[in-house]
Amino acid sequence: MSAEHTISLADLRAKQPRFQGLTAGHRACLGCGQALAARLVTEAAGPDVAVANATGCLEVFTTPYPESSWRLPWLHSVFGNAGAVAAGMEAAYKKQGKSTKVIAMAGDGGTFDIGFQALSGMLERGHNVLYVCYDNEAYMNTGVQRSGSTPHAATTTTSPAGAARMGKRHMKKDIVTIIAAHRIPYAATASVAYVSDLRRKVRHALEVDGPSFLHIHAPCPLGWGHEGAATIEVARLAVQTGLFPLIELERGELTAVMPIRQPRPVRDYLALQNRFRHLFSQDPRAQVELEHLQALADHNIEVYGLLGENADAQDSEGADTVQRGGVRWA
Amino acid sequence: MRLALEGSQALARAVALCRPQVVAAYPITPQTHIVENIAKLVADGRLDCDFVSVESEHSAASVALGAACAGSRAYTASSSQGILLMSEVLYDIAGLRVPMVMTCANRAVSAPLSIWNDHQDAMALRDSGWIQLYCADNQEAIDTTIQAFRLAESLELPVMVCVDGFALTHTLEGLELPSQEAVDAFLPPYRFSRALDSTQPLSIGTLVSPDHFTEARASHHHALLQGLSQIVALDAAWQQITGRACGGLVEVRGEPEAKIGILTLGSVLGTLEDAMETYAEVPRARLIKLRAFRPFPAEALRQACAGLDTLIVFERAFSPGGGGIVATEVKAALYGQAMPRVVSFAAGLGGRDIPLDAYPRLIEAAAEDGGDFRFFDLKPDQLPEGGF
Repeated sequence: MSAEHTISLADLRAKQPRFQGLTAGHRACLGCGQALAARLVTEAAGPDVAVANATGCLEVFTTPYPESSWRLPWLHSVFGNAGAVAAGMEAAYKKQGKSTKVIAMAGDGGTFDIGFQALSGMLERGHNVLYVCYDNEAYMNTGVQRSGSTPHAATTTTSPAGAARMGKRHMKKDIVTIIAAHRIPYAATASVAYVSDLRRKVRHALEVDGPSFLHIHAPCPLGWGHEGAATIEVARLAVQTGLFPLIELERGELTAVMPIRQPRPVRDYLALQNRFRHLFSQDPRAQVELEHLQALADHNIEVYGLLGENADAQDSEGADTVQRGGVRWA
Repeated sequence: MRLALEGSQALARAVALCRPQVVAAYPITPQTHIVENIAKLVADGRLDCDFVSVESEHSAASVALGAACAGSRAYTASSSQGILLMSEVLYDIAGLRVPMVMTCANRAVSAPLSIWNDHQDAMALRDSGWIQLYCADNQEAIDTTIQAFRLAESLELPVMVCVDGFALTHTLEGLELPSQEAVDAFLPPYRFSRALDSTQPLSIGTLVSPDHFTEARASHHHALLQGLSQIVALDAAWQQITGRACGGLVEVRGEPEAKIGILTLGSVLGTLEDAMETYAEVPRARLIKLRAFRPFPAEALRQACAGLDTLIVFERAFSPGGGGIVATEVKAALYGQAMPRVVSFAAGLGGRDIPLDAYPRLIEAAAEDGGDFRFFDLKPDQLPEGGF
């Protein structure tokens, strides 16, 4: 561990989140990536925050009336309007002279698809809102239907693999590029596997004056077909293969990436999940799809310059991993 | 202050007098002049408000919802397709019992495409849980808008103020604009009991199981019914301040003792009043103005209709395959007492003019045998060859 990364226990404790915006006792599935991500986001954001939540798992598992897991003011309206509801809250607080930050929260369906227009409008108008997309790559709340975020070749209940199909025919929408093209002050991707990186991005996004966007990769054990205990491993492999690059963009320009120390083959990531099981069959098309997905990962590594040259405490193997010298307390 | 104002301009001024903090809107004919005028009042520094010019009506309603929940007085306006696009959110606003005011500049709904006035848009939102008040003229539009904010906030229910597109929104006339002092005296500052406050966190919009859903809906229904007396009380309170009332729930005009009545909503009332003077030789009718459509004033209607032999329901919308929307409800309200003969007309659809001579023709047509539901001024020569 290098000197610049040492920290006293007292400092470490001081930096631990003491505020939980989303408390335990909710009804998320075992190993739910979204529940973890939402807890991390609210911990990092602190108490002077109000949440606009789109319809989806998060809304359902946290608020079975008359119970609620939220210790933050929280408003759920409908599926496709989280960006607009957040914009209205922000306009009101601004007019009232309040410091409360507004965070919109939605899944990939509420962001890539049905809430996309409201999100785009909110960004264009420059509302001081952090929009967090928890991306589990399908409509999980309704039973695993394909969304604009579902990766190519993944099987879902509406993009099933069969004799005539190898799962989803279309590509995953490149949402962060589209969002960044709004030239907002800050857009970033994060993963539940890289906790301190995620927290840092939340804090940075909230310091920005204007709209910010955080796209968090959040595995769904039920929808992806992996063990609940494997959530972090699966999420980490998505980053380490290059399939889900961790990047930051300011005013549309790429400003930072998390380097990948040793890129892993996409097979390692895909083989853990039943949604890609058909890619490991004897079907000759399976090999083609595997090669295709590997090419997508290689492309990400190339265009974002993800390949680290030296061991780095903040790369894909160092970050959040104390044993490897990561910056756990960041 | 008496001013010559276009209806939309007057509405914008009335909204500004209510000091909204957030106005969200998306342009649609014939609502545009209202929100353009509000935007200008904001730009000129005459209204301290965040005017959020959104990318759809769905977002207009959503921004207003977010703002109202965060503790600011909110307003929006729309018409026609816009009302339908925001309908999902309008149901949500009402179900969450969030107070706000919206102007519906009434317009026909596609297809066929029409930018002109009828009431199909607001009628489509009949069951959304919003209070619906219809305005007979622009003075009522001003006064009802101001009353609507207090009504919404006292009941924690949203209020839709329905104003005929073009017939009212685009008509210039002399109007009495209340003073800021008068409005401030009538309308206290906005305070939402469940405002989203980070020092006192609340969850709004939770998932409700069958164990609680019926009770939530029944509470909403009950709140709307409580609105019946509140609508009357606030109209009376406004009259105390300004000397003007808008007719409470139901207003009887024309000849109160007449045995033939015409029940209608909105600006056609003025046409019928004028027509009764122009066509003095035609027997005068009892004109019944339905101001509150939701909550539905069944008891007030029964009183207004007492002693009638014939009741013509003259409305600018209908339910295809069903018939008159208001007529059906009026019949239900009158059921069980001495019923007049009810004749239901859909009229003025898609902006078709309702001229003064509609009055004698309507009286004549109602006397004829033609079924319970008819289209007024239907032009047989414009139907496809061979008729229906």
